[in-house]
Amino acid sequence: MSKYHLDYLEQLETESIHIFREVAAQFERPALLFSGGKDSITMVHLAKKAFAPGKIPFPLVHIDTGHNFPEALEFRDWLAKEVNATLVVRKVEDTIKQKNLTEPKGKFPSRNWLQTYTLLDTIEEFKFDACIGGARRDEEKARAKERIFSVRDEFGQWNPKLQRPELWNIYNGRIHKGENVRVFPISNWTELDIWNYIRKENIDLPSIYFAHERQVIEHEGQLVAISEFVQPDANDVVLTRQVRYRTVGDMTCTAAVESAAANLDEVINEIIATRISERGETRIDDKVTEAAMEDRKKNGYF
Amino acid sequence: MDLLRFITAGSVDDGKSTLIGRLLYDSKNILIDQLEALEKSTKNRTDGSVDLALLTDGLRAEREQGITIDVAYRYFTTPKRKFIIADAPGHVQYTRNMITGASNASLIIVLVDARQGVVEQTRRHSIIASLLKIPHVVVAINKMDLVEYSQDVFNNIVIDYAEVAKQLGLKNVTYIPISALNGDNIVDKSEIIDWYDGKPLLEFLEEVDTAHDIDLDNARFQVQFVIRPQTEELHDYRGYAGKIISGIYKKGDKVKVLPAGLETSISKLEVGGREVEEVFAPQAAVIQLADDIDISRGDAIVKTEDTPVVSNELEVLLCWLDDKPLQAGNKYYLQHNSRLVRAVVKSIEYKLDVNTLQQQPVEGGVKLNEVVKATIKTASPLVYDPYDQFVVNGSAILVDETSNSTVAAVLLQ
Repeated sequence: MSKYHLDYLEQLETESIHIFREVAAQFERPALLFSGGKDSITMVHLAKKAFAPGKIPFPLVHIDTGHNFPEALEFRDWLAKEVNATLVVRKVEDTIKQKNLTEPKGKFPSRNWLQTYTLLDTIEEFKFDACIGGARRDEEKARAKERIFSVRDEFGQWNPKLQRPELWNIYNGRIHKGENVRVFPISNWTELDIWNYIRKENIDLPSIYFAHERQVIEHEGQLVAISEFVQPDANDVVLTRQVRYRTVGDMTCTAAVESAAANLDEVINEIIATRISERGETRIDDKVTEAAMEDRKKNGYF
Repeated sequence: MDLLRFITAGSVDDGKSTLIGRLLYDSKNILIDQLEALEKSTKNRTDGSVDLALLTDGLRAEREQGITIDVAYRYFTTPKRKFIIADAPGHVQYTRNMITGASNASLIIVLVDARQGVVEQTRRHSIIASLLKIPHVVVAINKMDLVEYSQDVFNNIVIDYAEVAKQLGLKNVTYIPISALNGDNIVDKSEIIDWYDGKPLLEFLEEVDTAHDIDLDNARFQVQFVIRPQTEELHDYRGYAGKIISGIYKKGDKVKVLPAGLETSISKLEVGGREVEEVFAPQAAVIQLADDIDISRGDAIVKTEDTPVVSNELEVLLCWLDDKPLQAGNKYYLQHNSRLVRAVVKSIEYKLDVNTLQQQPVEGGVKLNEVVKATIKTASPLVYDPYDQFVVNGSAILVDETSNSTVAAVLLQ
């Protein structure tokens, strides 16, 4: 093999850096939507590399559902300082109060749908014209069809039938006033690519990605942590299990997996061995309907 | 491990979705819960088999109509390669999606139904492959089970397609007889098709040599973004960030900035914040120059001894991708990598029949999915190479000034 050769992770990295730079150059007010999970942590790492030795030329925006893992929030604050980035936090809690929205009920109340309201308000507040998100096309069927530059109307809506052709590596970010573009720089990465890259680049992650002891209850075959948001019923058996998280979302709708994997090598080995998809294993909210993501995207979701 | 991007093209019932489903399924890239969802949606079928095509049908609107309306991307990995599939629909009206999917592909799988042979769609897809210069072509002759695995049927299709390939100048064409439904010659070599002595499809995809698809001889770089930290320690730092389009740049190289034509040399090279001695395609790099020259986004930095074309009068092939027809005299934005310039389509010479490649006169406007030869004038010069020699530096798009849509794929001549 010639020395002028990039392996697949380097190729993916190159493509993502190219996209980050296009966003910084084409838009007046971009923002990176930071969820606290490994995908957005990877994005921050890529953005840092794209603009080094300068700082990341856009803020990190966190739409805080109020149901986050404390470890993820702590990590978020540490990371923003570490890379010297501006951090904007907007709370779903506040939107619920201002707009008099109805809180979802039930044992695992997901504020996932409500995030869209806070996101759209935040876009309006800061006049963001491009929002960089960490969605990957391997995650879900609707995402497999979305472009890297995805134009949204002023309601944040995605129209799958009117997508712009995206040719070669040329990204057309021209929009009308009021519209914005969702940009997905890690579209072509898979879950395993992300993990392998995290290992290769030695990227820090919140501790909950690695095995730790936690009190959980079992719900339809999934393990959900006991927290101030999820309380056991009389029928529940509270178990103490060694678990880790494969994705980090809300405490109310992210399930843990039983695991003894304490470091990256062990986590990667488990992921290679596992035969269940990331969303299927850990997202309680995605199973509702087969077209759940398609509907949310059409309504302005990430 | 490296990366191969390929596109699959076929007509509506050629079994394209089944083929992709089969590749994912047999290479163990389908996970249990996805399979369960699949089985759930196949429950109503009478024969009890799993419909692999459903794995790739994404949106509800599509499932209801049983069609594919847009390019979908699929991922799978074997111990040898990571693969990205652009799954483009076969309908006539979605040629623009095929161009989208094909523009980044190093290989195309053209699916042919063994019962139908080479049809109009096969020809159309192959013409697009030849226009876009996709380096490798696999003709997968599918549904061999429905022609009793006949070698004669296969051979006749090979003869027909070879004629098309010759006419289009397609090189590196490989023919594989398959049955996507039964898994013949997909992952494992088919026992029934014993007269075929080539590789099964997956093995071919794993081994096809793509190392030479990237040009390392001619150095091309375009400035995407200027990095100016303006901090105390980095007060005078001025780095030109961009992707190495092709070739190799070394520290000390004498370079020319185009279109201005000023000469200087490379003082420092960085990749991801780390200083390096040389950079090569397709790395994302930062170049620093010895002299303080006024450079902005879209300017090219090339080596002094080897320069691309610099012109504002462009001969182009245009693939029209918009519902609104093109009229000669219309103004657009032309985007060539990161360079955005105003442009006017001065004249339209002829239309290329995408079934026969014959040149035809243009009457009225240029409609969706038509390919025309045209002349474009830009407000400031473009630094490019002819697409035929140099895909990455010879491609551009046209953007409608009023709708902001991407309306044409531009192949610079």
